[in-house]
Amino acid sequence: MSKFDILISGVGGQGTVLASRLIAAAAINQGCFARTAETIGMSQRGGCVVSHVRIDSEKSGSVIPLGGADMIIAFELAEAARSIPRLSKKGCCIVNTQVIKPVSASLGNSHYDNEEIIKYIKDNSHDVYFVDGYSLAEKAGNVKAVNVVLLGAATAVGKMPFTREIILDAIIENVPRKFRELNQKAFEMGYAATVELIQKA
Amino acid sequence: MSKKLLMGNEAIALGAIRAGVNIVTGYPGTPSTEVLETVARNNPGDIYVEWSVNEKSAMEVAAGAAYSGARTMVTMKQVGLNVASDPLMSLAYIGVKGGMVVLVADDPGPFSSQTEQDTRHFARYSNLPVLDPSSPEEAYEMIQYAFELSEMVELPVFLRPTTRVCHSCATIDIDEKRLYHKVEGFVKDPRWVIFPSLAYKKHIHIELLQHKLSDIFSGISFNKVEGKDVKLGVAASGVAYSYVVEALEKLNANVKLFKVGTPYPLPKEMAEVFLNGLDEVLVFEELDPVVEEEITMLCASKQLDTRILGKKTGHLPFAGEYTFELVCEALAKYLNIETEKIENTTTPELPVRQPVLCAGCPHRASFYAVKMAMKGQKAVFTGDIGCYTLGNAKPLDMVDTCLCMGAGITVAQGIKRAQPEAKHIAFIGDSTFFHTGIPGIINAVYNNTDITVVILDNSTTAMTGHQPHPGTGKTMMNNISEKIDIYGMVKACGVGHIVKGDPLDFSSAVEIIKKAAEYKGPSVVIFEAPCIALFKPPVKYTVKKNCKNCKKCITDIGCPAISFIDGKVSIEPSLCYGCGLCTNVCPFNAIGGEENE
Repeated sequence: MSKFDILISGVGGQGTVLASRLIAAAAINQGCFARTAETIGMSQRGGCVVSHVRIDSEKSGSVIPLGGADMIIAFELAEAARSIPRLSKKGCCIVNTQVIKPVSASLGNSHYDNEEIIKYIKDNSHDVYFVDGYSLAEKAGNVKAVNVVLLGAATAVGKMPFTREIILDAIIENVPRKFRELNQKAFEMGYAATVELIQKA
Repeated sequence: MSKKLLMGNEAIALGAIRAGVNIVTGYPGTPSTEVLETVARNNPGDIYVEWSVNEKSAMEVAAGAAYSGARTMVTMKQVGLNVASDPLMSLAYIGVKGGMVVLVADDPGPFSSQTEQDTRHFARYSNLPVLDPSSPEEAYEMIQYAFELSEMVELPVFLRPTTRVCHSCATIDIDEKRLYHKVEGFVKDPRWVIFPSLAYKKHIHIELLQHKLSDIFSGISFNKVEGKDVKLGVAASGVAYSYVVEALEKLNANVKLFKVGTPYPLPKEMAEVFLNGLDEVLVFEELDPVVEEEITMLCASKQLDTRILGKKTGHLPFAGEYTFELVCEALAKYLNIETEKIENTTTPELPVRQPVLCAGCPHRASFYAVKMAMKGQKAVFTGDIGCYTLGNAKPLDMVDTCLCMGAGITVAQGIKRAQPEAKHIAFIGDSTFFHTGIPGIINAVYNNTDITVVILDNSTTAMTGHQPHPGTGKTMMNNISEKIDIYGMVKACGVGHIVKGDPLDFSSAVEIIKKAAEYKGPSVVIFEAPCIALFKPPVKYTVKKNCKNCKKCITDIGCPAISFIDGKVSIEPSLCYGCGLCTNVCPFNAIGGEENE
C-alpha cells in the first residue's frame, strides 16, 4: 500500500476521534503502519476538532501538511471549508451538509453563510461529495451514528486504500456490542446514499 | 508481540507496566492524564495506582515509594510541576533507590494550558536528566530505559512528551512480557534526611553526575548523528525531529543531522562528533532554546567556530507549536532551496468556535444565578482552572480573572483589599478545591476578608475527562473510601456562613447568592449538581409554537443546544440535556419539556 492521508474535521462531540481510530484500525488490520493526531481537551467543548490519519507513515510526523490530504471527511459544513487548505490538488472531499451554528453565530457575533461556504468548497476541490449525514444517521436510528454514516460515504467514493469489508470489520470490532447493529446500518446507509450520488452524476 | 494503535500516553503507560513499575501516582492535567488512567485500566493487579490530591502530594508519595526500592512513576502536566517543585528540588539531592520517572507533559501551542513553560528547564535547574521523545513509539522505548537509568544513577529521571506525542497514535509492537521488579522495602539510613551538611555533599555529587550522564547519553540510540561530508548541520529534539525528517525528504536535501533525545545533559561527546567540520547548525526544538544553548556553550568551551542558529538568532520562533510547514520553510531558507509556494485561496468568513460549556452544564446555571443576583451591584468574579473557566465566554461573561490552580479564592482577597467597596465572588470546582483551594479559604477566615466563594461541585474532575477525587470516595484501585465532605471541610476552616444549593433551582439559587454576598466576612456557597456526562438526560426541551423569537434564551445563557436557524429559535434534540435553565429565562413560557424515552 502507498501513503494515504485522511483528514477528518468537525465540531467537538461529533465523534471524529472514533472515526479516525476506526480508519487506523482498518489500516493496521491490512498490515499497514498508521498514525493519527487529534485535538483532545479544552477544544472538545464545542470547538473545532481535526483528526489526522496517516497510512503508511512510519517516517512521517503525525500531522498532515497543508495541501497534503488525499481525502477530507468533513463532519460539518463550515469545518469542511476550514480544512480545505489541507486538501491535495488530487484529493477528494466528503462533506456532511449538517450545519452546527456556534453560540457566537446565533448571537450575531460571527458569520455563517451556507451558500458562500458551499461555493468556496466547490471552487476549491474538484472531487467533492455532499452527504446529508445527519438525516441518514437519524434514519439509521441515532444521530450520534453520523460518524459511521460518513465512513460509509467515504468508503463508497472508492479512493480509500482498503476494501469495504475491512473497514466494516474494523467498525464492528471496535464499537460496543449493543451498538453494532446501529453502526452497521449507519455504514450501509452512508455507503448506499453515496453510490447513488455517484451514479446520478 | 502484537501490533496496536496506541496513543503516546497509552504507550508510555504500557511501557511502564512492561518495565515492572510498582507504584504510579499523579494529578490529572491535559495532555498527561491518559498515562495514569491507562496503567489503572491495564493493571495486572500488583501495581498501586492513585490520583493524588495534587502534584506535590503525588511527587512525595512516589518519592517515598522510590526510597523503598519500588519502581515508581509520577504523572502531571507542565504547570503541575510548579506545584510539585518543592519536593522535586530536594529530591534531586536526596536521590532514589528504586527507579523513579517524573512524567511531565508539555503543551506547545498551548492547547489547554496557562503557559508554554518548558520542563527541560526544570531538568537543567534541578540537575536531573530528561528524555524528550519524538514520537509515541519512541516514548514506549524511552519510558523503559528511564527506569533503568534512574536506578543506575540513583536520581529521578524526567520523561517529557509534548501534546503531539501524548495525543498522537502510532502502530506499536507491544511485548506483553513483563519485567518483575522486587521491592526491597525501606532501609533506615541517614541518606534520606536532608540537612545543610548533607546538601553540600550532595551538591558536589550531583554536579559530578552531570558529566557521567552526558557520557552515558553519548552512547545510547535515542541520540544519533546521521550524514557526513557537508558543511551544514541540523540538530532537532522532540516532535520537531519528525518534521525535520519529513521536510528533508520533501526537499530532497542532505545535511548532517543530530537527533537529540536527551536535551539535558547534552551528550557532549556525540555533539562534538556532530559539530566536527560544520560551518553552521540550525537547531529545531519547540518552546525554549535548551538544546541551542547547550550546543552554543559547548562550541564556546571547545573554541569551535561553528555558528549555532535558532531562536536566539531570530531564525525560529520561541512561542507556539512548530508545524511541518514552519520547519520546511526554515530548512529551505537555511539550505537555499527554492520551494513552490502554496497558493493562497481566499477563504470565506467562517464562524468562530470558542470552546463553551456543554449544553445542560450546571455551571451555566450557577453563573447565571450569580449574574442575576449581582445585577446592579459592583462585583468582581474571580475564576479558576477547570471547565468553569469557560464561564468567561459571552454571553455569560462571568470570569474576570484566571491565574492558576486555587488562585481564584486568594486573588479575590487581594482585590477586596484594594477595592473594598465592591463584592468579590470567587468560583472554584470541587477537584480544584481539594487541590489547592483549602489554604485560600483558611487565609480568608484567618484574615477575615469579606469574600464569597462559590464551590461548583459537579462530583468529578470534568475538564480532564472525569477522574475521581477525594470528594467522590472512589479510587483508582476500584476501592470505595471515605468521601471528604466539602461542607464539613469548609465548616472546619471556620467559615461563618455556608449554604448548599442546587443551581438548577433557579430562584432559590439567586436568593442563596444574594444572602451570601450580604454576609459580612468570608462566606461559602456550595452549588451541587452532577456533570452531565455522569447521567442520561431525564427530559428534552423543545421550542413551543408561542415562541416570539425574542432570542432571550440565546442572548442570556448561550447554550450550544439552542440556535437561531432560518429565522427561528430551535433546540437540537441530540444536544439538549434537560437542565431546564432556558425555561427560567424565556419570558413567554415557550419552552416545554418532554420525558425522554
